[in-house]
Amino acid sequence: MDKKETNSFRFYTRQNLILLSGRRAKNLSELLAGIKAVSPMTIFQHTHHYLIQHEHISPEPPNDFAFWITNALQDKLLGEKIASIDLRRYSDLEEIRAELINLIETVQQNIAKIPHHNSPPGEEFHFMSVRSFVFPTRYSAHNLVEFKECLEKVSVYSIYFHIFEARFHKKDEFDFSLWLSKSLGAHKLAEEFNRLDPYTQTIENLRKTLVKLVINKLERDKNGEA
Amino acid sequence: MVKLREYEQFVGSDVIDELELCAGRLQNVVVQNINSTAVGGGVAEILTRMVPLLKELGVNACWNVIKGGEKFFEVTKKMHNALHGQPVSFTREEIDLYLYTNELNRNEMDLKGDIIFIHDPQPCALVQAKKSSGNRWIWRCHIDFSNPDLFTWQFLKEYINKYDVSVFSAPLFARKLKIPQVLISPSIDPMSDKNKELPDELINSVLERFGIDKKRPIVTQISRFDYLKDPVGVVKVFKLVKKHIDCQLVLAGGGATDDPEGAKVLDDVKEIVENDPDIFLLLLPPASDIEINALQRASSVVLQKSLREGFGLTVAEALWKSKPVIAGAVGGIPLQITNKYSGLLTHSIEGTAFVIKQLLQNPDYAKRLGENGRENIRRNFLITRHLRDYLLLFLSLITKNKEVVYL
Repeated sequence: MDKKETNSFRFYTRQNLILLSGRRAKNLSELLAGIKAVSPMTIFQHTHHYLIQHEHISPEPPNDFAFWITNALQDKLLGEKIASIDLRRYSDLEEIRAELINLIETVQQNIAKIPHHNSPPGEEFHFMSVRSFVFPTRYSAHNLVEFKECLEKVSVYSIYFHIFEARFHKKDEFDFSLWLSKSLGAHKLAEEFNRLDPYTQTIENLRKTLVKLVINKLERDKNGEA
Repeated sequence: MVKLREYEQFVGSDVIDELELCAGRLQNVVVQNINSTAVGGGVAEILTRMVPLLKELGVNACWNVIKGGEKFFEVTKKMHNALHGQPVSFTREEIDLYLYTNELNRNEMDLKGDIIFIHDPQPCALVQAKKSSGNRWIWRCHIDFSNPDLFTWQFLKEYINKYDVSVFSAPLFARKLKIPQVLISPSIDPMSDKNKELPDELINSVLERFGIDKKRPIVTQISRFDYLKDPVGVVKVFKLVKKHIDCQLVLAGGGATDDPEGAKVLDDVKEIVENDPDIFLLLLPPASDIEINALQRASSVVLQKSLREGFGLTVAEALWKSKPVIAGAVGGIPLQITNKYSGLLTHSIEGTAFVIKQLLQNPDYAKRLGENGRENIRRNFLITRHLRDYLLLFLSLITKNKEVVYL
């Protein structure tokens, strides 16, 4: 096989079909019970879908759990804590589930004697999951210049998939940083990609940031810098 | 006929490219839509637009309509009302007629689709024709299912559970079922008369026709005269606002003349209006899409102060026109408005009046909310997203039943 072809990076995209569970929560205890019981993809949906759904709004609304706790239950402290979970740290949805449980249980222990506060009628939390369809796009890159061009052209769904979703799939072929490092030897650039916190910016801004990092690397190469 | 690529101007070429990518796996798959009417009503409107677009994408979509007598449709109308929450009782004869008509259609129709896509309760019992190793069946519920009459729900549930998958328009409508339930929200078509761009002259001529002053702020609610849309509450809100801000209220909708309850609601509204010249009660005939479009575009703030709501597509229509929208947090409205980001959700007359004043006196804030709202609709509630969800739904029936499908 051609070496160039072996080293190419294929851009993928994903589209999700949302599944309703019929399960609802009207207070913190029911939310906690739900978080413990639902599928990992349900945890994924409620901690990530807002990123693509509200991609255009900056600053974005927080994840679904945080938004509901803050707005429907009026618990601003817990809402803020759940909004601030550093999702970038986790590559397993069970770890995110454990962190959510930990934060809610800690609050519950502290307010054990206070009766459960219910959400207003009609504002219950609805648990939803997803079926994810992953497609290869027509975009692939064999070198850094092509990689930059692809980053500029692919859909926001593709950027979203590679940055936010791919790590949960545990497939090396989806990982930008791994390809930059292993196939191109661009270790510093890979590290810069890894260090980004993508959760605090819109995907279009993220696209610009990624492109800028690649351009900087190309300029460094041109100038003979490391 | 509108071509798919014409939507590129609204959603970008990447969205159309990805629709083609999804459809690539569905070439020549026969999707047979079945409903109860070829014209009139939301379902027929959606299918009229959706079937040609699916065909253009290479899906072999077709559309059949069941036949039924007047009495059958009286029964299904009752069923529709019952699913909306009205307490209704059925006689044995009515139930038998429903099942008999479905059976006649089942015997007459060529149920040839790889996927049989049944819309709403009228043809729901056609699923009796489903064979264990045959085609896949979808039941799509287009109506508000948040509080269905128990008897009707139990009766229909028996048939719904025979399908492969069910589809609802909002999370609130999900029920306990043995089969998977998918969320597919309705959508608006940016190229329809109700949503397309209009020249200023046309908007002005509509205002002139109704005697509305374009120089003063206009607060609008578009909805039929129905207690659940709370038009009386809207007038009370307006009176609180008008104490401090010189503005006008437009309440526009149809359905009063042929609906006894609608006429009563209108009387109640007229009573509280007390001949205020700044309140415009407009009874619009059914074919008034351009007028509704113009009124929404001329508005400073749009209200949808519903107490109960199906999906509330009038919210999407107003947001698409970049209008700041204030709405009740009911039905599908919270899907369209994230409070304080893409619109405002309120729960009381006083709260609604307060935020109208905020919006009218802070045009930059109002503009930002409206722009965010339009962007939310552009990305999530246009017909192209609806089309994508249908393609994924079909894919889900012909691929392995896994949470992640690599294609």
